[in-house]
Amino acid sequence: MIETNDLSKQFNNEFWAVDGVTLNVQPGEILALLGQNGAGKTTTVRMLTALLSPTRGWARVAGYDVTKNPQEIRSNVGVLTEQHGLYMRMTAIEYLEFFGRAYGLDANTRKSRSDYLLEYFCLTEAARRRTGEYSKGMKQKLALARALMHDPAVLLLDEPTSAMDPESSRLVRDEIARLRSSQRTIIICTHNLAEAEALADRIAIIYRGKILLNGTLDELKREVLGAVEYEANFAEAFDADELDLPPGVILVSRSATSLRFRIEAPQVANPKLVHALTSRNAPLVSFHEVSRKLEQVYLKTMADAQGVLYAA
Amino acid sequence: MRRNFDAIWMVARREFLDQFRDWRIVVPMLLLISLFPFIADDTTRQAVTFMNRFGGELILDSLIPFVVLVIGFFPLSFTLVVALESFVGEKERGTIEPLLSSPLEDRHMYLGKLLVGVTTPLVFSYTSIVIYLILVSRRSVEFPSAYMLTLIFLLTFAHAVLMVSSAIVISVQATTIRAANLLASFVVVPVAFLMQGETVLIFWGNEDVLWYAIAGVTLLAGMIVRLGLSHFRREYLLGREIDNLNIKMIGRKFRNRFVGDARSISEWYRRELPITLRQLRQPLLIVTVLALLAGIASYVWVVVNVPIYIDITPDRVDEFRELVAGNLTSLDLLSEQLPAPVLFFYNARATVTFLLLGLVSFGTLGLTLFLVNIGLVGGVLGAASLVGFSPWLTFAAGILPHGIFELSAVFLATAAMLKVGAQLVTPQPDKGLGEVLLVSLADWFRVFIGIVVPFLAVAAVIEVYLTPVLIKLAFPYL
Repeated sequence: MIETNDLSKQFNNEFWAVDGVTLNVQPGEILALLGQNGAGKTTTVRMLTALLSPTRGWARVAGYDVTKNPQEIRSNVGVLTEQHGLYMRMTAIEYLEFFGRAYGLDANTRKSRSDYLLEYFCLTEAARRRTGEYSKGMKQKLALARALMHDPAVLLLDEPTSAMDPESSRLVRDEIARLRSSQRTIIICTHNLAEAEALADRIAIIYRGKILLNGTLDELKREVLGAVEYEANFAEAFDADELDLPPGVILVSRSATSLRFRIEAPQVANPKLVHALTSRNAPLVSFHEVSRKLEQVYLKTMADAQGVLYAA
Repeated sequence: MRRNFDAIWMVARREFLDQFRDWRIVVPMLLLISLFPFIADDTTRQAVTFMNRFGGELILDSLIPFVVLVIGFFPLSFTLVVALESFVGEKERGTIEPLLSSPLEDRHMYLGKLLVGVTTPLVFSYTSIVIYLILVSRRSVEFPSAYMLTLIFLLTFAHAVLMVSSAIVISVQATTIRAANLLASFVVVPVAFLMQGETVLIFWGNEDVLWYAIAGVTLLAGMIVRLGLSHFRREYLLGREIDNLNIKMIGRKFRNRFVGDARSISEWYRRELPITLRQLRQPLLIVTVLALLAGIASYVWVVVNVPIYIDITPDRVDEFRELVAGNLTSLDLLSEQLPAPVLFFYNARATVTFLLLGLVSFGTLGLTLFLVNIGLVGGVLGAASLVGFSPWLTFAAGILPHGIFELSAVFLATAAMLKVGAQLVTPQPDKGLGEVLLVSLADWFRVFIGIVVPFLAVAAVIEVYLTPVLIKLAFPYL
């Protein structure tokens, strides 16, 4: 698991790249860390891999303290860095062999892991080619294979599917999901909000080194965008003036053939609202939750942080 | 042990693969090692012919060891780029982070890269030398002795370690390959100067002296390796992105360290300077013990050995005493011939020279020069005793009055310089190399400004105005 408290990093005694980050990611959980370029995602990840020492606060990764047990942390963490970091004059086999050795794997394990990962990421055919000849997506897949080579308990992945074609992205997402189900602790730094939405159990938004939001997608939506909204669509014009709204339901917008409600407790209020509508003989065609994307949450949060108006 | 070697070899092996798959390294080096020995052979013969035409009487035989040394040096200087970009190159190519994120220890990475950095140029150098020696063996000249060749091979090895270890320190500290390459001259030029000195030794024909050169260069190289390992920080390799010369920040850090928390000069003398002096206890003890040993050894050497080379007859002693008596009359004019400010300047310059030498040698050269000076004092006292003057009286009248201040100042300055050298090779997890250097220099300047300068000023005045009087009082019979 990953646990941090008030984790902070200052550079040159001036600039706080990370400021008071407190996180808790359990085994079998994926946390997506979202934020602008330079928000502090990479610095946070580097502290979690014991590459940078915190200026303030503490962090424990896979049960080890980042300042006291850097070697143990590096042995238990798989990192996909911002840049793929491949040695261009090595073949994929040589590259994985090198890192397998660096992580102290024995020859049999190196061979089996390397074979499995190359095959899984569809790199077997290109395994004896120098990585300098690879496409961007292939390089990214090989870099991910390197991060997974020692089957780490904790994974820190920076933009895992960037530069990949849709099939490869799917492959990577499936692998990440499989790793989650095998109780790995995973942090993904990404700008791909759809991917974060699809993969992450919890999402944290970081801005200028500070965590602005941290929670499940539903929690974030509720916190940032307010209570859930539902829309009722009618077959013909319906006059809602006489409609008796149950407690906790607010009519937020209306048109001739549709009404939109903000509902605090849908489980309690929705049956009553539907009953109210049908009892008024409303020609109801559909009643559904208005879809709200992580993108809206993110953009609204960023707009609030920067003090600008969010245009939905 | 085995595990460490395996890890070092693993890093080195990858680097070897990378290098020997890069035609930009391999092709120029192959050209260099295959052509340069022929060019050197031909040029040497032509130079000898040319010089002999004008009565130079140069013999090709005596040039061969020198040329061997030069041939060994050229591939070293060209392949230095491999070491120079060892870390900073990986950083620029973005390959350093996965490496640093692995459980490889700092020393494994550092020594692995050092191994490659040393081995590659040495392979090229030795190959080049062997080709040249094959050419030499076909000529009707005297082939250098196996002993001399062994010395040159060892010297080339020492040069390689020295240059590569320095280049790797640069590579770790630099933030771009460009910056590292710009700093390369700080490695190549000093070693080229060093080689000139060694060449003199070779031409002198005193081959055994080369052992000292080998030992000195190897010691220095070892210290640089230690320096590099001490200041190798994963954090600095990732944390710094650009080379900014922030004069303001440097000035502020230096000033903060120099001034400390003091709000007035008196407070600085009462609170801050004693802190620095307390930190100098150990180096001061080392300097004092070594100075005593050097002084006594020098005194004993003069007393024991000079009579072997010079027959000290009563007539000679009288001659010497008359010479001293003649010189004593000129002591009255000392303040005109050597005014106190000039004497002060010379002494202050000497302490700064100790520091500068100490900086490039982690204290060793500065300490050596200091001990040579102390040895001279011991030698003078030994000479005095040989001609019948009491060494104690000579010391008490001629050295002690101003020496109380001058020797104290020089001892403290040397101890501070030694501390600077020691700090540079001591691991300090929370500081970078630049910061360590800055803080150490600020400490040295605390001692220099706070004690050395005023003490040397007082010593100069005493030496010019009081010491001559005391000498005359002590030796009235002269």
